[in-house]
Amino acid sequence: MNLVWKLLRKHISVPQFVGFFFANLCGMLIVLLGFQFYRDVLPVFTQSDSFMGAEYVIVSKKITAGNTLSGRSNSFVSDEVEDLQGQPFANKVGKFTSTEYKVDARMGINGTPVLSSELFFESVPDGFVDVSLDQWQWKEGDNTVPIILPRTYIAMYNFGFAHNHSLPKISDGLVGMIDFKIFIHGNGRQDEYKGKVIGFSSRLNSILVPQSFMDWSNKTYAPDSKSDPTRLIVEVANPTDERIAQYVEDNGLDTENNNLDAEKTTYFLKLVVTLVMAIGLVISVLSFYILMLSIYLLVQKNASKLENLLLIGYSPTLVAMPYQLLTVGLNLVVLLIALIGVTLLRSNYMEMIETLFPDIDEGTILPALGVGLCLFVLISVINVIAVRRKVMSVWLKK
Amino acid sequence: MDKIIFRNVLPSVFANREDLDSEVWQKEITFERDHLYLVEAASGQGKSTFCSYIVGYRNDFAGQILFDDMDIRTLSVNQWVEMRKFHVSHLFQELRLFPELTAMENVEIKNKLTGFKTKEQIDRWFEMLGIADKKDAKIGRMSFGQQQRVALIRSLVQPFDFILADEPISHLDDENSRIMGEIMMTEAKSQGAGVIVTSIGKHIDLNYERTVRL
Repeated sequence: MNLVWKLLRKHISVPQFVGFFFANLCGMLIVLLGFQFYRDVLPVFTQSDSFMGAEYVIVSKKITAGNTLSGRSNSFVSDEVEDLQGQPFANKVGKFTSTEYKVDARMGINGTPVLSSELFFESVPDGFVDVSLDQWQWKEGDNTVPIILPRTYIAMYNFGFAHNHSLPKISDGLVGMIDFKIFIHGNGRQDEYKGKVIGFSSRLNSILVPQSFMDWSNKTYAPDSKSDPTRLIVEVANPTDERIAQYVEDNGLDTENNNLDAEKTTYFLKLVVTLVMAIGLVISVLSFYILMLSIYLLVQKNASKLENLLLIGYSPTLVAMPYQLLTVGLNLVVLLIALIGVTLLRSNYMEMIETLFPDIDEGTILPALGVGLCLFVLISVINVIAVRRKVMSVWLKK
Repeated sequence: MDKIIFRNVLPSVFANREDLDSEVWQKEITFERDHLYLVEAASGQGKSTFCSYIVGYRNDFAGQILFDDMDIRTLSVNQWVEMRKFHVSHLFQELRLFPELTAMENVEIKNKLTGFKTKEQIDRWFEMLGIADKKDAKIGRMSFGQQQRVALIRSLVQPFDFILADEPISHLDDENSRIMGEIMMTEAKSQGAGVIVTSIGKHIDLNYERTVRL
């Protein structure tokens, strides 16, 4: 084999192969990185909210300049709730209940105060919150209140506050690190409770407490005031049902449906990644073309040597092998370097993604590895066949 | 393989020639193992064509060439590879050596394929042919006569049923021709192989059993 290689390596053009190598590396890297990035970022948009199991739509009345100035209420009266309940698309309707009293809260992480503000709680019937009951319950006399925070709070904390104050980042597994103190005033009483954050919701933009606590506290601290709900939560069979949009339109309502946004974002993400991968593929195909031209030229230049080898008894398989090994070897090196490149680049962007979405699954480089191996096998098989055919053309003197 | 039979063979290039007076073309002729043939021809009578048909390098002919009972047109690529490796050895008129390899490497490249001869045997042939000092010289730097001797050694480092020597001594003196004939015949005898030597005039002095006019 060594002697054959000594013969056949003659006329190998190093610049051509270097050109192929970098072009192919570039294409491969773009394709793999595009795909890997897509797979890494996708969960951000498709991740289901652990606190909202079923499909649901949150509806509220449209807030316009008109009804703000006229002082018309934008809350729902019970007739409206019943009407909604009677719609064929609605499985279940729940009311958001708000606190009628004053709440001050302080939030700290590991003893460092982060937030101190007057705020309000909301609650929805327990059936809409998909958390095991032993976590999501409150009985009269309990000093600790379970709480679900909007995920935006934690993003704000992780990305802004923790970063500047060298504090640990919070993920779903580390909610225990949050101290949440609640001070309630009303009805001549003033009490302190301890909030226990059990998780974050990216779909609900309010601080949730159990319905039982809400009912009790409203009765205790604000026995005289009673207001109608301004938002309703509706469990639906199919959130894309056209009748929902129609009903919302007809009754002057607004919906908050994060699912829709996520779908749009996912669509654009797919579009962009497809585009990027297509560019990478085009570069790969062109580089592949360079390689094939280079190999053809090489076979052509060495045609008489190949012919002599065939005439003294070397099989086309043996004669083709050095060039096949050369191309497959080059492809393999390209694949390995591209994978190393993807790993390095990935560790950079994953750091940012993890800061923004601490509880995102870290994932692996398997998607890129899979795509890379497929490309490698495909390109190598075509290379091997092309070289073989070229050698056979020498055999057949075509 | 025991026989090579030419049955009514006519090279395409002679298709329009009417003055063809040959003992091979358009006749039936059989070459057998263990016999020694001299194929004589004037230049342009298709001597190299004759050889290239037998090693499967060309197949532009009408009629039939048989290895025993097998029509050579039916041989697959792999069967031809086997033929060239183990059954038919060809000492090419144009030698077909590799100028970038040394004399020894040119022989080794074949011997590695067949594993037929030992290093000692090959060394002995180099010595007998008087080119032992050229073993490590690049073929490109050797004279044609020296190259002919290297080509002979290469053609002998394989098992064969027939050996085709296409004008093997065109550039050799009588003494070297004699040694060359001796080595070739010894090897052919030990393998019980048929020998077909072609010539346009000057030929190795051997006891030919049959002289065929092409």
